[in-house]
Amino acid sequence: MAKITLSNLRHSYMPDPKNPEDWALKQLDVDWEDGGAYALLGPSGCGKTTLLNIISGLLTPSHGKVLFDGKDVTALPPDQRHIAQVFQFPVVYDTMTVYDNLAFPLRNRGVNEREVDIRVREIAEMTDLTPMLQNRASGLTADGKQKISLGRGLVRENVNAILFDEPLTVIDPHLKFLLRAKLKELHQRINNTMIYVTHDQTEALTFADQVVVMNMGEVVQIGTPIELFEKPKHTFVGHFIGSPGMNVIPCEIENGVAMIGGRKIKTANKVDKPKGKTEIGIRPEFINFAAKGIATKVVKVTDAGRFDIVQTNCEGQRVNLILAKGAGIPSENAKLAFDPANTRIYVDGWLSGEGQQI
Amino acid sequence: MSLELKQIVKAVDGETHIYPVDLVLEPGSFNNLLGTTLAGKTSLMQLMAGLEVPTSGEIWFNGKNVTGVAVQKRNVSMVYQQFINYPMMSVYENIASPLRVARYPEAEIKKRVGDMAEVLRISEMLDRRPNELSGGQQQRTAMARALVKESDLILLDEPLANLDFKLREELRDELPRLFAKRDCVVVYATTEPTEALLLGGYTAAMSEGKIVQFGATGKIYRRPNSLQSAKVFSEPPINTAMVKKIGPQIAINKNVQWKARGKAKKLADGDYMMAIRPHHVTPERLDDKAVEIEGIVEVAELSGSESIIHFDAFGQKWVSQSHGVHPFSNGATAHLFADVSEAFYFDANNQLVI
Repeated sequence: MAKITLSNLRHSYMPDPKNPEDWALKQLDVDWEDGGAYALLGPSGCGKTTLLNIISGLLTPSHGKVLFDGKDVTALPPDQRHIAQVFQFPVVYDTMTVYDNLAFPLRNRGVNEREVDIRVREIAEMTDLTPMLQNRASGLTADGKQKISLGRGLVRENVNAILFDEPLTVIDPHLKFLLRAKLKELHQRINNTMIYVTHDQTEALTFADQVVVMNMGEVVQIGTPIELFEKPKHTFVGHFIGSPGMNVIPCEIENGVAMIGGRKIKTANKVDKPKGKTEIGIRPEFINFAAKGIATKVVKVTDAGRFDIVQTNCEGQRVNLILAKGAGIPSENAKLAFDPANTRIYVDGWLSGEGQQI
Repeated sequence: MSLELKQIVKAVDGETHIYPVDLVLEPGSFNNLLGTTLAGKTSLMQLMAGLEVPTSGEIWFNGKNVTGVAVQKRNVSMVYQQFINYPMMSVYENIASPLRVARYPEAEIKKRVGDMAEVLRISEMLDRRPNELSGGQQQRTAMARALVKESDLILLDEPLANLDFKLREELRDELPRLFAKRDCVVVYATTEPTEALLLGGYTAAMSEGKIVQFGATGKIYRRPNSLQSAKVFSEPPINTAMVKKIGPQIAINKNVQWKARGKAKKLADGDYMMAIRPHHVTPERLDDKAVEIEGIVEVAELSGSESIIHFDAFGQKWVSQSHGVHPFSNGATAHLFADVSEAFYFDANNQLVI
């Protein structure tokens, strides 16, 4: 186990990068504490796989360093970094038994059979594979095979970290749900540094203690799931996390107060001298219909089962609400009330008063 | 256009894949086929398309028996999970291809491709090749090609499964709008209950080669007619427990019992399978009459806006899903509150009683 530090890291796949968009990773300084559960969350093309490959050693960054417990490993090849990796598609030897599959990474490193046996049985127990240890892997279902992959990722002791690259993508929702919980439980049991790469907010937020949100080669925010939900530092984070994401509504600023359509909006933060584009960010969870407020028009109500998603049009601007079942939805003269504690001003995308520092 | 399946059966090498299916899909309707992998969704779609011939039964299209009529002779479009485009053609030519096959005049092709690209927001990409596009744009191209022609039947087989979460959200939002003005029948296969709910329309819940229930999507979710249907349409998995009703009391065991209220009063004495959705089991008491359950926490997942608590109670694995942040350490004893007025009760044949 190790603390992983990415120091002044940048990467470009081009020989001579000039423009900002030539960089797959723009500038990164991150510390992953020993034993932490981290998620790397972002849309495709945001640089998360590049970053993962740099940590595992499959890729050498064009600038900066990778440190394990303070030791520079930037030039070390993957096999000397002691990292376990679990991929999107199960990598399983079909002709081998489940037992031999789990034992493979250990035998490969010359671990003696007595120890292999102890470790394999321990991991099988954790991943619910004990009853099928002697079965051939080929007969297993997709989630069974992915459990083998997880088990193989966990079986080696004293690895520096375990990396998961979208491990649940090919799994059906109800099984995904159970495997996700299993993984979280496993982390709490073995306490290894785990880094989980995904585009799926639910997987990231439920697994990780700390989520690193990336967009276009940059880290936009690092925070606990609660911080990311309650106080997004950038409108991208607000939009990307939550379903539907945070509403982002253009606003005017008069004497430091936000105005929408000539109406004052109470906000949790202030802005002094706004330079650039000013917007209000508010999550659909924190808006209600009220007798007084911003006029809007209900466009569509979607029954999401547990709640309703109400899409409204507020002077050409889409504003979504999430309402409890049975809450009244006005058919005309609809007015919106924002919860001031959860209404924030963003300047050029960044949370006002917080600057760009992450 | 309407589509009717009459007693459709499909068997391959003596193994039944689709059990007798009866289904009537109305003109202009949007229909979800909801079920896990291997439930029979793709098999059923191939039968609908005419890519496969049923072992027995009939398929009627618009009042005409089309059983055995080849897919080329039916006016059908399909979109697959793995987006398929012609790699050597531009996006424009990809979208135009079905119109060219149908010998549309050039001016009409130009207009239709332009309109479709506009709706799917790929207008800027028309001159590029598919491999220069992101996954989402490639799938939009495949979708545009499927929709550009006025097909009578449009089959979408998990078309969003390979896309990013947010992109999925966006396209899911656009989809119903794309079909709103058409009278074609749309069938959309998905493994995700939430997706079916958000898309609305009608839903056929599938399990093990059978359609276990068909009806308006919200209605099926609220009133599953069988335990199978409730299980197909629940994410996270629905909680179940055997209960015994004796007189006014309903009991899981001697510690967890309550007085029947509302409709449950009408239950005859006897044994039932009770099912309750995870969001009706909460760590806070939301209702005076909620039933307290003591459980051992397996793991608690906190997403920032909600808490999902996996726990063991009365020998069952249950799940609670609630708003807010409710941390529990693994192995802790938790007290949860089940709003049993929201529970379903099924008989020995797994059919809904109330």
